[in-house]
Amino acid sequence: MDFIMTTYSKDQIFNLLSEIPDPEIPVINIIDLGILRDVKFENNLCTVVITPTYTGCPAMKVIEDDIRCKLKEIGIENIKVELVFSPAWTTDWISEEAKEKLRAYGIAPPDHSTVDKKVLLGKARELKCPLCGSIHTEMISQFGSTACKALYRCLDCKEPFDYFKCL
Amino acid sequence: MNIQEAKFEYLLRLGDSSLIIGHRLSEWCGHGPILEEDIALINIALDFVGNATSILAYAGQTEGNGRDEDALAYLRSEREFRNLLITEQPNGDYANTIARQFLFDTYMFFLYEELKNSKDETLAAIAVKSHKEITYHLRHTTEWMYRLGDGTAESHERLQNGLNDLWMFTPEMFDMDEVDALLIKEGIVPDLNKVKASWEKRVKEVIAEATLKLPETTFKQKGSREGKHSEHLGFLLAEMQYVHRSFPDSNW
Repeated sequence: MDFIMTTYSKDQIFNLLSEIPDPEIPVINIIDLGILRDVKFENNLCTVVITPTYTGCPAMKVIEDDIRCKLKEIGIENIKVELVFSPAWTTDWISEEAKEKLRAYGIAPPDHSTVDKKVLLGKARELKCPLCGSIHTEMISQFGSTACKALYRCLDCKEPFDYFKCL
Repeated sequence: MNIQEAKFEYLLRLGDSSLIIGHRLSEWCGHGPILEEDIALINIALDFVGNATSILAYAGQTEGNGRDEDALAYLRSEREFRNLLITEQPNGDYANTIARQFLFDTYMFFLYEELKNSKDETLAAIAVKSHKEITYHLRHTTEWMYRLGDGTAESHERLQNGLNDLWMFTPEMFDMDEVDALLIKEGIVPDLNKVKASWEKRVKEVIAEATLKLPETTFKQKGSREGKHSEHLGFLLAEMQYVHRSFPDSNW
């Protein structure tokens, strides 16, 4: 056991876990999204630290199971998945590369930093349609297909689209 | 009562209120007036249940008797629940639900804003996380207050009726007892008088802008701190706990 643990570096584990997609947005992985926070080895135990996007996010359980499966594939059996709330997850952690993947997938990425409080308080500026690029869009509902998304529509290409809310 | 006991009791009050209002809201699933609202209410319900999961898990750890969040949610009866009475009130019509959510979300918003400064690290971390979500909820319910209040004669009347009916449950939100006193002294929880001042100011502003009248009811209905609930809680728990009690310890 000890042998297996010490043969993997933290970077290697991160690399391996980067193969796990978000269950609800499969084009980005749990590292792109900022859900995976840390990996620690202590004695025989591999601790993986994750944080939820939303407290009630139903995908957390699936992500935990996926992490266990992935680690077992390379022979790590003694696994603890720890859920932490602090620091609280923010859309600011989504990498630029991941934002581009979201856009290509048809989801408008969060385009402002939450440091700008106006975004949280409802004074968001115009959003670009991820399909045709028009900024002629409007919000249909603040609550979309998952906890982290709002529903918009494009007034030019007429297509509805999801927007990943700033949090 | 020591700090640990006070903290357990306080966490039950917080967690139970979120759990019960989350369950109530989930009853709108498939019944919302329009699809977007159906989705919105269920999103909000999910956030509340998520918040309850974290708080009740922490309550269980604080108690130290091996009870987890599921044991606390599913294996207590109504006299052991500490949720605020307003959270267990039936949904009524859509305006009634909006009135209840507005009064409660505004309370949550200011309460959790204070809890972010708690000297208890876990509670503060949960509060930071939940406060972001509550901000979205409050924005949503406040917009509906304006839309229904300043809408048609019928939507105005229905919302006013909802506010009038629920008003007597609001003073209980700011009640403090030995539990609060102990924890305030430790810097773990805020003095609710501060929360009350912010709540009253904001609620009055929104009610006025929505062309509604501040209810005149002075009657106060209390009891949740001692586990004395309205008859509605028993029915809610019967439904919520049924599967868990019928198939103990089963897993999906």
